[in-house]
Amino acid sequence: MLAGLFGRLIYLMGFRSDYYYEKAEDLHERERDIKAARGEILDAKGKVLAANKTVCTISVIHSQIEEPEKVISLLSEKLGMEEENVRKKVEKVSSIERIRTNVEKETGDAIREAGLKGVKVDEDYKRYYPYGSLASRVLGFTGGDNQGIIGLEVEYEESLSGTPGKILTTTDARGIEIDEIGESRVEPVPGDNLRVSLDVNIQKYAQQAAAKVMEEKQAERVSILLMNPQNGEIYACVNVPEFDLNDPFTLNTGEDVSALSQEEEQDLLNQMWRNPCLNDTYEPGSTFKIITMSAGLEEGVVSLDDTFYCPGYKLVDDRRIHCANRRGHGSQTFVEGAENSCNPVFIEVGLRLGVDRYYKYFTQFGLMKKTGVDLPGEAGTIMHKKENMGNVELATVSFGQSFQITPIQLATTVSSLINGGKRITPHFGVSVESADGSYVKKIEYPAETGIVSEETSETVRYILEKVVSEGSGKNAGIEGYSIGGKTATSQTLPRSSNRYISSFLGFAPADDPQVLALCIIHDPQGVYYGGTIAAPVVRSIFENVLPYLGIQREKDAGEK
Amino acid sequence: MEKGRKNNTGKADPALLTLVLLLAVFGLVILFSASSYNGRVRFHDTAYYFKKQLFATALGLAAMYAVSRIDYHLFVRTAPAAYLAAMIFSTLVLLVGREINGSKRWLDLGPLSFQPSEFAKVAVILFLAWQIGRTKSGTSGIWFMSRTMLTLLPIVGLVGSNNLSTAIIILGIGVLLIFVSNPRYLPFVGMGAAGAAFVAVFLAAESYRLERLAIWRNPEKYEKGFQTIQGLYAIGSGGLFGRGLGSSLQKLGFVPEAQNDMIFSIICEELGLTGAGILILIFGLLIWRLCVTAMHSRDLEGALVSAGIMGHMAIQVILNISVVTNTIPNTGITLPFISYGGTSVVFLLAEMGLALSVSSHRK
Repeated sequence: MLAGLFGRLIYLMGFRSDYYYEKAEDLHERERDIKAARGEILDAKGKVLAANKTVCTISVIHSQIEEPEKVISLLSEKLGMEEENVRKKVEKVSSIERIRTNVEKETGDAIREAGLKGVKVDEDYKRYYPYGSLASRVLGFTGGDNQGIIGLEVEYEESLSGTPGKILTTTDARGIEIDEIGESRVEPVPGDNLRVSLDVNIQKYAQQAAAKVMEEKQAERVSILLMNPQNGEIYACVNVPEFDLNDPFTLNTGEDVSALSQEEEQDLLNQMWRNPCLNDTYEPGSTFKIITMSAGLEEGVVSLDDTFYCPGYKLVDDRRIHCANRRGHGSQTFVEGAENSCNPVFIEVGLRLGVDRYYKYFTQFGLMKKTGVDLPGEAGTIMHKKENMGNVELATVSFGQSFQITPIQLATTVSSLINGGKRITPHFGVSVESADGSYVKKIEYPAETGIVSEETSETVRYILEKVVSEGSGKNAGIEGYSIGGKTATSQTLPRSSNRYISSFLGFAPADDPQVLALCIIHDPQGVYYGGTIAAPVVRSIFENVLPYLGIQREKDAGEK
Repeated sequence: MEKGRKNNTGKADPALLTLVLLLAVFGLVILFSASSYNGRVRFHDTAYYFKKQLFATALGLAAMYAVSRIDYHLFVRTAPAAYLAAMIFSTLVLLVGREINGSKRWLDLGPLSFQPSEFAKVAVILFLAWQIGRTKSGTSGIWFMSRTMLTLLPIVGLVGSNNLSTAIIILGIGVLLIFVSNPRYLPFVGMGAAGAAFVAVFLAAESYRLERLAIWRNPEKYEKGFQTIQGLYAIGSGGLFGRGLGSSLQKLGFVPEAQNDMIFSIICEELGLTGAGILILIFGLLIWRLCVTAMHSRDLEGALVSAGIMGHMAIQVILNISVVTNTIPNTGITLPFISYGGTSVVFLLAEMGLALSVSSHRK
């Protein structure tokens, strides 16, 4: 029988030893996490957009506290917390209680120097954004545990976060640490760096231009998107007013929140954190005529020399749909119609296509699906159902009204139509690199070719160049550069509120687009025509950005 | 026979003596290690339990020496009185006993306390030896067996009313001694079956005992399996050579009352499979020496006394280790010489004195 029991012991201590040992270890060990350094976010030129600084986490170990009153008064004083809150945590019987994270290093050092038993000061990292509010909605920020909350910080959480380390200490059943055994550490693995296509200089310049026009026109807000139409890399994504990434929980409107409930305040914050370029949809207006134009040309229902007559309106079924110019544009070619941004011309093109074919191109161009931009919360297109679409709906869609898309969707679709028919994925993330540079992982994005023919694409570029050189977009023209573009002015719903969205989409060089810009001004006061107020913004940006990107002026351009 | 008997002139079994001393010393060392944390936490004295146990061991060694020098026949002759005394003590403890950890098992005697159930075990061994030794004829009769068992029932009932485990040990000793005195096997098969039936009815009678069974099957699922689980953690953590003497972590309040019933798990944790194996070997050797003593005894009484002691030792060691390793459902049985308990150590050592006395009167 004793031999049998010894056999049982061999089983327990030999074969099941690991299992029980691990269980026992779990029981004895107290873990404290060591935060891993979060990977940095670097711009196209290697400038650090999101960095880390050392901060402290303050915690208390109930069983080791000898002078609770002193601890409570020290912590509430140094951390600026309510004494009551601190008391609750200090007096709570738990093995370890976290008082506060992300405490400035100096404060942490001061608390450590006070040398009170049972108070632990652990150093870790906090996110720091050197450029403050620059590209705030793109970069995003992190929370108390250094986890991404919005923007790229969320999208690339897995790469950026790294693996936290651990400090393990052995304790008895009452949670008291056993000093003789000491502690063991599992070192944290720092997160990978993220290199993005955003360029600080371009972003800064675009932000200044946006802020300038917002102030001049007393607009509600202004968004500017700059991207490479050939590969989808986004150079700048501005939404003024931006907010301070180093203080993301304070409203950028300076509004007094003390009267608001927590829920209301949170709603306002959530609103502020939205990225209108991709989280919100709008009626694109006349910029969408580029899509109607492409579909018509691709299908062959219209050619450059077709002539149209505009009496200032067009009758569709029993509805009279007005042109922006109520006096009418008279007789004009298709190119002239584009230059004039004439609604009846594009209604006619839309009607020639018919609902079925229009819908087919709408889908073929990628407008029904999301762009796949590497930021969270991209909004989808809001479009009529095909079976509910009559001629009136088709007519309004043809000049960009009665449906909604995101700005990024518009920029991406137009990029694809002017780059030879390659539907690209707009993106910020270029590569993920280990902190020590030991490896670089390029991020690949899908691209779909052949959404329009090369020929159609070329014709569209030609027409849009004419719009800028001779038509409604002339305010975007720059000496020595060939620029293509399209203006838009749309009234927001309800139409009676007299609020407008004024926008301009431009690209250069017109024959081989390297950069595409979209500027959207929400609710400008006074003059609200896109060609008048939005086109100059894009011009001023191009004037600086084109040379910066190394795009040369054309010699013969000056003669025009 | 009378002529051959030279009072106290024969030499006590040196191997037995060595094993007992070894166990006593080993027990003290382990007890000190296992109890130091609880002593420090509760009494601010790491040696609190150790000191009390040391005192009891000293007392026990003195008793062992004294008993080993006295002819065991003297004790056998006084067995009825001892048996009666055990019954009186056991009754007293029910009335005026001191309660510790929810069990009324101690009688206060001035500065000392005394656990009558420990005394009862010795008394039963002697009483049975006396009874069987007196019955010169017919020990194989079924009537004799029943009568002998019946005489045990009062003490089993008294002790069992608040200390089931000890009652089981007493019953076990009774069965073993009757078995030893009986050349036949068959009745014991019947007895075994009856015993099994009894256990089944007994378990079913009260649901909490069935719950114990459930806990035994799967200790991690029940809150009450805590002690068992903690013991298993300790055992499993030991591995081949253990954490080293004094380095147990499970004794730090995880295994409740580590110095008591569960002390074997601490031995496993600190000394590993090796240490636990050596301890089991020592117990095995001790049981073997007691068996040898019984077989070489000059008369029936000596043989019965030794066999009873051997049975007592074997039952307690096997049950304790079985419980700690969760081989059988949990029941509170201490590990002889090692677990904390003054009365237990004093009477165990006195019992060993008795065995030594028998061994010194060899054929």
